Amino acid sequence: MADLEAPQSKTRDLDKLLLRAGNLVGPDFYPGAELRDDIRDYVRILVVGAGGLGCELLKDLALSGFRNLDVIDMDRIEVTNLNRQFLFRQILLLEDVGKPKAEVAAKRVMERVSGVEIVPHFSRIEDKELEFYNDFNIIALGLDSIEARRYINGVACGFLEYDEDDTPRRETIKPMVDGGTEGFKGHARVIVPGVTPCFECTIWLFPPQVKFPLCTLAETPRNAAHCIEYAHLIKWHEVHGGKSFDPDEPDHMKWVYDEAIKRAELFGIPGVTYSFTQGVVKNIIPAIASTNAIISAACALETLKIVSGCSKTLANYLTYNGGEGLHTKVTEFVRDQDCLVCGPGILIELDTSITLQKFIDMLEEHPKLLLSKASVKHGKDSLYMQAPPVLEEMHRPNLSKPLYDLMGRVQKDTVHVFGTALKNEEKQSSLTKLRVVFKGADGVTDMDTAIGA
Amino acid sequence: MERDEQEATMSEPTKTKYDRQLRIWGEVGQAALENASICLLNCGPTGSEALKNLVLGGIGSVTVVDGSKVEIGDLGNNFMVDKKSVGESKAKTVCAFLQELNDAVRANFVQENPDSLILTDPSFFSQFTLVVATQLVEDSMVKLDRICREANVMLVFARSYGLTGLVRISVKEHTIIDSKPDHFLDDLRLNNPWPELKRFVETIDLKTPDPIAHKHIPYVVILVKMADEWAKTHSSNLPSTREEKREFKDLVKSKMVSMDEDNYKEAVEATFKVFAPRGISKEIQEIIDDRYAEVGSNSSAFWVMVAALKEFISNEGDGEAPLEGSMPDMTSSTEHYINLQKIYHTKAEDDCLSMEQRVKDILAKVGRDPSSISKQTIKSFCKNARKLKVCRYRTIEDEFSNPSAAELQKCLASEDYSSAIGFYILLRAVDRFAATYKNFPGQFDGGDREEDASRLRAIAVSLINEISCDGYELPEELCNEMCRFGAAELHVVAAFIGGIASQEVIKLITKQFVPMLGTFVFNGIDHNSQSLTL
Repeated sequence: MADLEAPQSKTRDLDKLLLRAGNLVGPDFYPGAELRDDIRDYVRILVVGAGGLGCELLKDLALSGFRNLDVIDMDRIEVTNLNRQFLFRQILLLEDVGKPKAEVAAKRVMERVSGVEIVPHFSRIEDKELEFYNDFNIIALGLDSIEARRYINGVACGFLEYDEDDTPRRETIKPMVDGGTEGFKGHARVIVPGVTPCFECTIWLFPPQVKFPLCTLAETPRNAAHCIEYAHLIKWHEVHGGKSFDPDEPDHMKWVYDEAIKRAELFGIPGVTYSFTQGVVKNIIPAIASTNAIISAACALETLKIVSGCSKTLANYLTYNGGEGLHTKVTEFVRDQDCLVCGPGILIELDTSITLQKFIDMLEEHPKLLLSKASVKHGKDSLYMQAPPVLEEMHRPNLSKPLYDLMGRVQKDTVHVFGTALKNEEKQSSLTKLRVVFKGADGVTDMDTAIGA
Repeated sequence: MERDEQEATMSEPTKTKYDRQLRIWGEVGQAALENASICLLNCGPTGSEALKNLVLGGIGSVTVVDGSKVEIGDLGNNFMVDKKSVGESKAKTVCAFLQELNDAVRANFVQENPDSLILTDPSFFSQFTLVVATQLVEDSMVKLDRICREANVMLVFARSYGLTGLVRISVKEHTIIDSKPDHFLDDLRLNNPWPELKRFVETIDLKTPDPIAHKHIPYVVILVKMADEWAKTHSSNLPSTREEKREFKDLVKSKMVSMDEDNYKEAVEATFKVFAPRGISKEIQEIIDDRYAEVGSNSSAFWVMVAALKEFISNEGDGEAPLEGSMPDMTSSTEHYINLQKIYHTKAEDDCLSMEQRVKDILAKVGRDPSSISKQTIKSFCKNARKLKVCRYRTIEDEFSNPSAAELQKCLASEDYSSAIGFYILLRAVDRFAATYKNFPGQFDGGDREEDASRLRAIAVSLINEISCDGYELPEELCNEMCRFGAAELHVVAAFIGGIASQEVIKLITKQFVPMLGTFVFNGIDHNSQSLTL
């Protein structure tokens, strides 16, 4: 209905949430035109993925007062995307198939929502500098793999810093909103590093992928999937030697299909079709527009709420199932305090003169660690490895050097140590995150203390 | 997904475009969607987003009914309108966008206010398979519901209001054969093997000295044998007490000769299938006892088949429904597995033939053409006989005037339902407010929000009394938030609600999966949404 008394505003509906005080709102909610305008002018959101969830996210965010969006996706548009990735067309003169998803998606949303700026990135998420991700207020994930989620989670949590008393430093917290769908099911979650569990804290939520035992494939196949995976995983290598199998290559797929049919006929097993073969080999996840729309909407809503405080936020994991009736459930998962990715790591204070060898010896005595035979890693660099012998020898010279030097003479940083720990009187392999702080060093190189043990 | 479905009538390019959804509802489901015609009332973002999902999925045709013109405010919440369309017909604009999304869909529009259409031309709705009615107030909902029930047109209501909203299906009866539940126990009959299965099991020697053969005996064989052995020493009974079940498990374990026998490990894990009660579930029993199962000449195919099922169960079924016929994968030699599969398949086929005959006889008895229900349909019915579902929905009028006391009690008893019942009441209360004061509470910035809130509260309280929900204390915060929302139609909420509505439409039209029951009340504050079956 029209508000005939006041001049028309594009943000007619959004204003009611952003300009009006409320009851069930976030802790830092300051309603007003300034809030709305600040969100529009200054807040930057990154959408990771421009597929089923990504397209919906871009639309949802553009129509929720956000003006500065970036979208990253390494894929090109395929015909099978068109039943749900609504920004892509294949009608009349519009042939989007083959073009980069990020670029077409950005263009289409900008065409329809005037004022929004979307910068597309046709690239892999790993190819961006870490600082790229730091430019955004919120990262919204519309991904379809665990690996990709883990990567972004690692990056976002990597920005997190802690105070001496183990509280996360607010300005280093980079929230993420993550969605996933499969058929009629889906989830939406809010990740606030250091506050809610990160992706890694709850990695156990994802069941391991089903793999068929090799002997079943090789000797006692019983169903169509066995025949297909035999052709895909065993026969292919027998016949094609070093050539790697490319599921997107129609010839390769057809070859697997033909071999699967042969095997199925040999064993009297029904059910091998081309469509099923593709499904098994590519691990195709069935997908529809409605579930993607629902989950993305939930994610975009949370993004708006986190940024503005205009309402309480999801705490912190929403599961959705629309196949058997309609069920939504909110679970408040708890952080893993010892999480290697988002945790502070155990605090270790050291003198700048301590050698790597001394450090490793200290780990064995440390009451919280009791870690023997430790290997030490600093970011991407291995400082020392206990095994294999070749690498051990290569890193051995580091043992007599000061850890402070090896770590680039920074006042504090994170290291990961891996060794055997005594837990409940049992020896277990253990990977632990440590926060190393050097006493007496102010980030300035001090020649006198840098050398010698 | 059934792989021996009817031959594809789709062209190859279409098959690829819809590939990802064909893997969910198959070509039969897709055909149902492509034969459906949908009417949308009001094309604000809620309706537009609902329709977008259906159009992308290849729905047959859509007719958009809306009398309004595109305003500047619409540019902020509706993706299907743009700057150029301000001042134009919203229905026409949205229709044009939908057409662009999928040129296989027939998209039309009717420039008229839905509330007026409901009053002046009820017969308009008879031409559609289903009506998606968005943003209607109480009064129109009741009237439209009557019209659609009369015309036997399916109806889905959807409403977005600030951070809350609802979705509600209204159909007299929706029967489902292909309900596709997430988890359903396989039909191995380990607790009730039939003669052919028993005979096959007898041909296999569990005590074989060959270690390879020993570890490739499928667990079906192992458990049928063990159950038989047990019954012989327990007066023909199956393990029933916890003690007995544990004993039985140990008995199975004791037949293992080495640690790597996966078939025996599977057998131990599957012992619960031996303990499972024989016969049909309570839910299926209710369906065969339903009064609609006493069929007449007007009965639907579903109920005729239910009548046949009832007869089957009491006669050749001996308490069981027709065998489903498939087997899950299990460690086994290929030969044993294939042979077992054949045995299950054969019995399923035999049961289906009996059912077919019964269906024909019943049809003849009620004066219908005995071949009017296809073999394919009966086969699907047999396969899904244990998973049948019947959904019935109260009329809106009944629900509004006489909500279920039991459901209200449940809401009052649990903290989880507090905000759901609160929003449900408030969504009705704001409509009454609008009917009295000509606008929704808090709709305009100039108004007195406190006065609106107290007026709204008074209306809500009287409604609470009207529906005999006297124990309910409407939280003041919720009431105030409702005034704050001021009937805003936020895009993200509309997309969520519209998404759910479209999903329900798909389930209703494909007649696969199970539609929601009751009213879904959305809570965008903490996502503690609930379904209330009032």
